Amino acid sequence: MEVTVDGRRVFAATGGRDFDPAPPAVVFIHGAGMDHTVWALQTRFFAYHGRGVLAVDLPGHGRSEGPALDSISGIADWLTRLTDAAGLPRAALAGHSMGALAALDCAGRHPERVRALALLGAAPRMPVHPDLLAAAEADDHLAFDLVTDWAHGDSGHLGGARAPGLWLMGGGERLLERAAPGVLYRDLAACNAYQDAPERAAAVTCPTLLVLGADDRMTPPRAGRKLAETVPGARVELIADSGHMLMTEKPDQTLDALKTIL
Amino acid sequence: MADPKFLKFDTLSLHAGQRPDPATGARAVPIYQTTSYVFRDTEHAAALFNLERAGHIYSRISNPTVAVLEERVAALEMGVGAVAAASGHAAMHLGIVTLMEQGAHIVASASLYGGSVNLLTHTLPRFGITTTFVKPRDLDGFRKAIRPETRLIHAEILGNPGLEVLDVPALAEIAHAAGLPLMVDSTFATPFLCRPVELGADIVIHSATKWLGGHGIALGGVMVDGGRFDWEASGKFPTLTEPYAGYHGIDFAEEFGPQALVMRARSEGLRDFGAAMSPANAFHILQGIETLPLRMARHMANTARILEFLGGHEAVAWVLHPDLPSHPDHALAKRLLPKGAGSIVSFGLEGGRAAGARFIEACRLASHLANVGDAKTLVLHPASTTHQQMTAAQLEEAGVGEDMVRLSVGLEDPSDIVEDLRQALRASQRS
Ligand SMILES: Cc1ncc(COP(=O)(O)O)c(C=O)c1O
Repeated sequence: MEVTVDGRRVFAATGGRDFDPAPPAVVFIHGAGMDHTVWALQTRFFAYHGRGVLAVDLPGHGRSEGPALDSISGIADWLTRLTDAAGLPRAALAGHSMGALAALDCAGRHPERVRALALLGAAPRMPVHPDLLAAAEADDHLAFDLVTDWAHGDSGHLGGARAPGLWLMGGGERLLERAAPGVLYRDLAACNAYQDAPERAAAVTCPTLLVLGADDRMTPPRAGRKLAETVPGARVELIADSGHMLMTEKPDQTLDALKTIL
Repeated sequence: MADPKFLKFDTLSLHAGQRPDPATGARAVPIYQTTSYVFRDTEHAAALFNLERAGHIYSRISNPTVAVLEERVAALEMGVGAVAAASGHAAMHLGIVTLMEQGAHIVASASLYGGSVNLLTHTLPRFGITTTFVKPRDLDGFRKAIRPETRLIHAEILGNPGLEVLDVPALAEIAHAAGLPLMVDSTFATPFLCRPVELGADIVIHSATKWLGGHGIALGGVMVDGGRFDWEASGKFPTLTEPYAGYHGIDFAEEFGPQALVMRARSEGLRDFGAAMSPANAFHILQGIETLPLRMARHMANTARILEFLGGHEAVAWVLHPDLPSHPDHALAKRLLPKGAGSIVSFGLEGGRAAGARFIEACRLASHLANVGDAKTLVLHPASTTHQQMTAAQLEEAGVGEDMVRLSVGLEDPSDIVEDLRQALRASQRS
């Protein structure tokens, strides 16, 4: 579905059903350089099980008009304007990686708007390797390669995808290649600069779940647990044999974890 | 400088798509000889049927052994996913019918495997899909043959019978400028020699029956989705960009992004046309792929030896192979197929049709049959077998001279192949 936020067209996938703002809603927020399709194996389930689903393309990503937002707090504030536009006073937020930081920031500063919080592949800080940042800034394909490598655990590098016949490394890289020039850089720079996680985490009032990949090299579970310790009452679900791309590497376990919170 | 550490080709040939079987610890890929899969409960069943969860339901649509093969070929071709089919032809058909419907048009290379020419010339028109054929070196001809209703450009990486090397980057540019995908039949190259997706192709198909399997024991085909084509921007592919009533109104491009084609090919193409690969065949082809890099290197080394031998033999009128400087596409072959342009060699015999027949009958090691890409050396004289009803003029038009012999160079000790050819050449010249 399309909504207008700040005068710009925004696309959100609705899990294969027309969006209905009446049931409890879940907003899914993708990570750096990606789009709503990373949630394909979670969103349909919720849409067909009593939730209103909005898997958004952040501005400048996927099918949404640009430009991309340039800070985590900017994305967090945008999320409140998005939910306004969709007629949602409150929603659960599920964010991955950069999307997790934005969801956390939103829940910390606008607690009345957030019903529940699921943070996938999250850490208190997400410093970005300077070589990656430089490659992304130059729109060098190396940036896509590095993200694809680092974001996948063995279940990406060796394969054995849950969805028959899909090669996740190829799918992940092609998705990054689709991003408009400069978008990955903007996203990574926003992650790199973000320092507010501890403060926002302490202000969260809703039920919170962190979903962490045991083999995640981008946001290692150790870091994820540290973040969890700072969110009042947060639970951690550790997913074995998964890297950072939990939703595609371990779609079933990720869905099962999300079912407990969303 | 940080560099990505992807598993290399030889490693992927052995491992991609498979981890030791979690149920049994089996290291080899188990043959999951089953038609169907138990649901955990009714909710799980419903979720699988609605694509809410991924998993196996029924082996016409997916099977764990076949899925390893699909993922492995996708990994080797650097695609986003693959669908295996009962044969190479089934894979080609799957690619075509997933993309288009009646009224659609294809621009194809005229130098295709004969069976593919049949499919495009005689069979698909009955279903409203027509094809214009263009000589593979005539790039401008491809451009001019594109019509508003064209939906696909299709060609083989190495043409039949002329072994024309397909200029994939140039043809991809022509296709993309017209909002069309390029499908490449890369059977003769395998991903070891060439990866069309890297060169700009959008879809790669294989007859896995040939070098991928490599032992002449199992039929199979694979269609790889390169994942780069923007179906939405093209606007010509409603099967991928509009809700599909046959599957809960799914819009594949919206739901699966770069993996739209492969998802539709499985959930419609395999489900409804049913040309699924058997798990036993997938297992046999996987065994072949495990040694693909070793075999292909040897195929190419042996081919180089055979080319050298044939080039110097007085009973041989001509030798055709893109690795020879005399081949019109030699420079292109060096650029696109730097490890060698495949192990099919064509040559002409002094003495024409009769000499060809005598040559074939004299071969002792090389097997006279209608296949290519076996571990064993194979030989065929089209004028006295597959093309025997044709006159000399018709043969010439088809690019198959009366004197032409086609060799699929195998993995035997190259000196034994040379000796066999030597004695058969000698026999061919006795009348
Ligand atoms: C280049 C090429 N493509 C496709 C095919 C068809 O494959 P299959 O026989 O596996 O259906 C063949 C078979 O000879 C072939 O050589």
